[in-house]
Amino acid sequence: MAAGESIICVRGLKNAFGEQVIHDGLDLDVRRGEIIGVVGGSGTGKSVLMRSIIGLQLPVEGTVEVFGESMIDRDEDEAVQVRKRWGVLFQNGALFSTLTVAENIEVPLREYYPHLSKELLDEIAGYKVVMSGLPANAGPKYPSELSGGMRKRAGLARALALDPQLVFLDEPTAGLDPIGAAAFDNLILELQRTLGLTVFLITHDLDTLHAICDRVAVLADRKVIAVGTIPELLALDHPWIQEYFNGPRGRAAADTVERIHATQAGNKEAGGA
Amino acid sequence: MVAAYMVGTAFRRQSLAVARFPRQCPPRMTAPADFTTSDGTLKFTGGLTLARMGDVPQRLDTLDTPPTAVDLSGIERIDTVGAWMVHRLVRDHGTRIEGADEDAARLIDQVSQWDQPVQVRPDATPPFFRVLAQMGAATTAAFQTLLGLVGFLGQIVIACGDLIRHPKRIRGNAFARQFEVVGVDALAIVGLMSFLIGIVIAQQGAVQLRQFGAEVFTINLIGRITLRELGVLMTAIMVAGRSGSAFAAQLGSMKLAEEVDAMRTIGVSPVEALVLPRVGATVVLMPLLGFYASLVAIIGGGILCWISLDIPPTTYIQRIREVVPITDLYVGLVKAPVFGLIVAMAGCFQGMQVEGNAEEVGLRTTAAVVQAIFLVIVLDAFFAVFFTSIGWN
Repeated sequence: MAAGESIICVRGLKNAFGEQVIHDGLDLDVRRGEIIGVVGGSGTGKSVLMRSIIGLQLPVEGTVEVFGESMIDRDEDEAVQVRKRWGVLFQNGALFSTLTVAENIEVPLREYYPHLSKELLDEIAGYKVVMSGLPANAGPKYPSELSGGMRKRAGLARALALDPQLVFLDEPTAGLDPIGAAAFDNLILELQRTLGLTVFLITHDLDTLHAICDRVAVLADRKVIAVGTIPELLALDHPWIQEYFNGPRGRAAADTVERIHATQAGNKEAGGA
Repeated sequence: MVAAYMVGTAFRRQSLAVARFPRQCPPRMTAPADFTTSDGTLKFTGGLTLARMGDVPQRLDTLDTPPTAVDLSGIERIDTVGAWMVHRLVRDHGTRIEGADEDAARLIDQVSQWDQPVQVRPDATPPFFRVLAQMGAATTAAFQTLLGLVGFLGQIVIACGDLIRHPKRIRGNAFARQFEVVGVDALAIVGLMSFLIGIVIAQQGAVQLRQFGAEVFTINLIGRITLRELGVLMTAIMVAGRSGSAFAAQLGSMKLAEEVDAMRTIGVSPVEALVLPRVGATVVLMPLLGFYASLVAIIGGGILCWISLDIPPTTYIQRIREVVPITDLYVGLVKAPVFGLIVAMAGCFQGMQVEGNAEEVGLRTTAAVVQAIFLVIVLDAFFAVFFTSIGWN
């Protein structure tokens, strides 16, 4: 794969907290326009990987390039130029609790584009609210007044405020009920298609992996042990991967997806006839 | 025009990923957005994106005549903000769109679907009514807090009664721990503060009384004011800041982590296990700390008298014994446990009121300290009137 194709390029990443080594010699490429799912057991450093890519965690060694620009030891002014081009949804939304949903969405806009008029800001915030599937009256509400699912949607709306090309989602469906999780999956997929996003998605949710991810990166033994589509991963003979995708939950999720595909195909045939 | 935002469920996104997004790669800058008008047609050029928008929105707002058509054939890129600008023209002026490629058309179409009546700002009320509503809310909140405090006092009394009937349930360890935290650990800071207060009173008193040649009365001032008022009052304020706030923060975070609920389900009364040791320890220790503070303040004042007024320590102590009636000590010692009760109760009460998020813990902690100090000073005024009227002056 040519270097120009990958939007995130991690090479030889090493992260350690004191004696405890989280990553060692980790390589990962994320291609433009794909949804990549990052999976791994608890404590394998999925969130730490995301934090090193977005510059919140300084790695011990290795290189991280986003949009072809190195993100380590970056001059702050230059780093800002890159940060404008991505959005991050943290695990619990990380909405600013003293601001309303609309004001939360406007924060990055105000920060980077202070010349935008108040009316335009409000309009942008308004359509982002609708875009992220929030109810029409959610704009003036404070995060504490929202349910968990709505908070994630608001967080996504803020992450997409600057029309970024790349979004990082940290366990977007964790803590949501299955219906809410499925709706959120659909939202991500729909927005990814409409806006042409590249999505870096950390998840434990097997349904999400099957439903929306183009490729899946598996974290284990302090590195990415495999990247590929789910069938490709299943062909590998790694015990953790086998157990993960072929365990009772993995099978159930795969069956659901197959059933949905079968139903859709059936509907199409029925419609065509 | 190459497809930048090509979308379609039929495509396997992965295989087309490269073909679909060539314009964003490599990340070169597009030209700033701009437009020209001719014959009512508005022609956009450059990158119609948030980053390259510049002053285009303002210029669009100040157009003399609304355009009848927009020409998008010259744009390099478009994002949702650019699509929104175009959509606004279409919506407000019925402008036609010309020369839009497939992706731009789809994005504009998508954005138009997102254009729904939404509320962005909270409902604005006139300032007069807002102030009125705030005053009303503050008043109700104040009365509710007072009511809650009284109810909380009731809970404490009942829990105390239970403990007296079942003395085996008294948590010795918890009490001992609180004695250490509230009392022993506070000795240094309370001592230092009182010592300095004693010096300040002596110094200021000496300066004023010297004008009448009555420096010797500085000793009366120090002895009486520290034992009657300042020793206990300053200690109460110190304990409110040190322990009352800590109580609120501890209980608040325990409440947030559902520890308090867990206790209830196991059958342990949170009032008995958490509140009583704290309140009990503070009530017992306040008189001790207050007395200690008064003594240290008298010592501080004595040292200043010795240095600047040449009153030797023996004379100073002799005078203190002569001029300070024993009732002054009683006044201080009667007030101290009451202040302790108020400080500890305000802290625990506010802590137990925490609900929702971590921000609440901070707010409640502040409220606990403010409430405690306020109530202590109000009660101190009542005590002053009361003791005077029973002749302890």
